Parts: sequence; C-alpha cells; structure tokens
Amino acid sequence: MTIARFWRDNATRYNLVATRCGNCGKVTFPPRHVCPVCHRRSIGKMQRFHLSGEGEVYSFSVVHEAPSAFEMQKPYIVAMIRMSEGVMLTAQLIDCEPSEVTIGMKVRAKLRKIGEEGPGGVIHYGYKFAPA
Amino acid sequence: MREVAIVGIGMTKFGELWDMSFREMGIQAGLMAMQDAKISAEEIDALYVGNMSAGRYIEQEHVAALMADYSGLARDHIPAIRIEAAGASGGLALRQAYLAIASGMHDAVVVGGAEKMTDVGDAISNKIQSSASDQQWESVFGATSPSLHAMIARRHMHEYGTTREQLAEVAVKNHRHGALNPFAQFQKEIDIKTVLRAGMVAEPLGMFDCAPNSDGAAALVLCSMERAKKYTDSPVRILASAQASDTLALHSRADICTFEATRYAAQRAYRQAGISPKDVQVAEVHDNFTISEILAIEDLGFFEKGQGGRATADGQTSIGGKVAVNTSGGLKARGDPIGATGIAQLVEIVQQLRGEAGKRQVSGASCALAHNVGGTGSTAVVHILGVK
Ligand SMILES: [Zn+2]
Repeated sequence: MTIARFWRDNATRYNLVATRCGNCGKVTFPPRHVCPVCHRRSIGKMQRFHLSGEGEVYSFSVVHEAPSAFEMQKPYIVAMIRMSEGVMLTAQLIDCEPSEVTIGMKVRAKLRKIGEEGPGGVIHYGYKFAPA
Repeated sequence: MREVAIVGIGMTKFGELWDMSFREMGIQAGLMAMQDAKISAEEIDALYVGNMSAGRYIEQEHVAALMADYSGLARDHIPAIRIEAAGASGGLALRQAYLAIASGMHDAVVVGGAEKMTDVGDAISNKIQSSASDQQWESVFGATSPSLHAMIARRHMHEYGTTREQLAEVAVKNHRHGALNPFAQFQKEIDIKTVLRAGMVAEPLGMFDCAPNSDGAAALVLCSMERAKKYTDSPVRILASAQASDTLALHSRADICTFEATRYAAQRAYRQAGISPKDVQVAEVHDNFTISEILAIEDLGFFEKGQGGRATADGQTSIGGKVAVNTSGGLKARGDPIGATGIAQLVEIVQQLRGEAGKRQVSGASCALAHNVGGTGSTAVVHILGVK
C-alpha cells in the first residue's frame, strides 16, 4: 500500500473520526460525504466527531490462513464491533485469548501498530480493541 | 424486450489446470459452446467476458480483446467486453449479454467467464480475494474473505441456533453431488467427520467449509428466441435476470445474517418470471463458504430465515429433496475459478433443463434458478430459466 493512501485515513484510524448527518442525525463510520438516508440533502451538513471508543463484540473469528502481511500475527482475532454510537466496524481484538471472547463482550479501542511497508518501511498505526 | 434463449454451453474441467493458460481455457470453453450451438463465428455479434482479477493473478488486463483475438474473432472486429463484479463477474457478464439481446441491439452473443488462480501461492491469492471486500476498512485490518464469512456463520449460530454440524452438511451434500459431475474439481464424497476434523481457516470455518482456488472457464451462446429455432428444438429460455447491490463493507449492514442484495434480486426475478420460490426445482447458489449456501437458500425464499441449516441436514436440498441445490457440486466441489463460476452455474442448469445431467439429473426439471454473489453479499445476480 502506498504511503499516501494510508495517510489520507490516519485521522479516522488514529482517532475514530465518524460523521453525523446534520439533516437526520444518522452516524456513519468511516466518515462519509453523503448520508445514505438523506442523500443530496445531507451535502455540506456531514459533521465530523470522535467516537467514544466503547463498544461490544457483534461477531468474531480467529484467522488461521492469512495474507502474507499478517503471516507473523496468526492466529489472530478479527471482530465486528458495535460501537456505543450504533455504528459497526471491523478490527482486531488484542490482549485476550480466543477462548475468552464472546458475542456481547465489552471492548475499548487502543492505538496499535497495524502493519508496515515491508522490512524497513513505514509503520502504519490504527485501532485495535481490547476487553474493557 | 425480446425473449432470450441459451443455445450453447461449454466448459473446461475445473481444478489445478497447470497445462493450460488463461487464454487456452477461455477458448476451449468458448469453442465448445459454439460447437454445441452449431453457430458460426460470422453470426456472433459480441463477446462478453466475466473475470475478476487477471491483472493480479496473471498480470494480464484487457482480457476481452485477448479472448476475441485468440478465439479467431479479431478480424471480425466484434465488440468484446470484460465485466468485473468480484465473485459475481460471470453472472453479471451473462446479465449484460442478456440485456444486449433483449434490447434488440444484438442477435447472438457469446458470454464466457474465466479465472486462472493457481499460478500464484495461497497467501497472494488470499490477498487478491480480500480485495473484493472493503480494502481500506476491512482487509487492511486483517479481515479475510473466510473470516468475514466466519463472522456471519457465528452470528447465524448465535441468532438461529444453526450448528457446526449443519454447516458441515452443506459440504457433505455438495461433494456427494460433485462426485457425479465429470467436470468437478473434487469428484469424491466426504463424510461429516472429515469436515469437522479439517484444519481451521477462520474459526468456525475449516478447510472443507471453503471453496477451493481453481482454474477454469465456462461459456454460453445466447440469442433471441426467434433466432434460437434455427439452432435447436429445445432452447432454454431466460425467464428473468435481476441484479442488486449492497454496502461493500459487511459491518455497514444492520443485519449480517441476510444478504439484502440476494433478497432484492430474487424478488425482482420472481416477479419478472411470474413464479414463486416453490416453483424452482433446481438451483445453483453461491456456496463459496458453507454458511453462504445456508444464507442463499433462506434469502432466495426456499426456506424460512434461520431454517437453512436444518433443511440441509434433513436432505431437503439434495437431489430428490424439496429443491435440488448445487447439483453440480457447487463452488465447494465443482470448484470456484471466480470469474467462471457464474457461467458454470448456467452450464449446469442448461444441462438439467435439457435432461442431459446424467446421474445428477433432477427428473422432470423445467424451472431453475442461478444465484451468483460478489464480495460478502455486495453484489447479487439472479437468473431464472425454464423450458416449456
Ligand atoms: Zn441523513
């Protein structure tokens, strides 16, 4: 992945920046320019804000076969997390064993290393989640 | 809109075809379909090619012109069009070909699908397949296609009590069907213990819950119903063609246990064909994972939401059951060369409707459905076919 492509999303990956529609109030994550409910009426009214970082596990999996960039991490846990603001996102779960994870488990966002541009390349950071 | 018929079918064997190149596979399938229709090259108005990722699998883009060229059609200068919709590329190529004939723009076209996946290693293939999901907000965090489907499976188990064994029954049934298909990648029956004991890919899905990486190509000849009488006494009629889309990222859905794109496409298709789910006798559905088939048979309306696992375990989707699902062996046993899959589904359905499916034949089959999915339910294409 090129540096610029990752850099553009850093605000959201570091700080969980979401958008709230100024017309209907719908929250979207990652940020969108157009509200999927209000369509064109929302343009120019999408307000950015930070998610609290609190959420719960909606579903999860333990990955055993992974792309090469994640080879050294496997097995690792990926989860869909329902944030307290209602939106869902996909992230890794850390600081727990697969056997401890349950649907409904409370989790909190942490800033962690996500990956790197090959040996000696730029390191990318972003959110992972740990038991709250 | 004009009525559209399928008058020719062809496909390569699916599997690790190390002795065949991408172009060789495509041509073999295409020529078989033209031979089957007994149609000459001069009568072909256009070529449609379904392909997801030749650029990354074999570093070749511009594959529609390539296929036209190596089919010997370069000097005919017909339009050749490549269609990409991840796993639904084949089904969508068929839909575009259908629209061209239904509209009156073309009279006869060839539509093919091809993918060459085994020239790269598993880790690279895994990465390419992840690109059908949201690259920036799913794949980048390590979510693979199997793990996204595994999360659907776990949620389906949580909400409806679907069991690990019921998931396994999908693979057992599709291998049982695939064992009867000479074109299938796996022509071997397996038992439920094999599925349950297999190594994990993404928990709770193991190796036998996932369709394999495959090479292969499949092709069809389509023409107007009027023209079809020139080639065959038994044209297979396309009664409906429908497509729908949904969010690219799975996490943007309110409920991941239903593929709304499948439901919408199916509703439109049933309306166009003037039938209901209970009229369908044979269905080829997108079982890239065992959970995918359970979702499909629920979302297509064959069974109540949450009952797909139980219906499978009860044999209701086997040949001889309420609706015969994936008589070809499905993606699981026939193989899943991504861009070819949606076309291979139609090859099976045409054989069933012509009564040429041999040991897999569903007796008296006259109405069939094909269901092709791209990504984690982001694109769904549904076709309904019939013979009078
Ligand atoms: Zn809105």
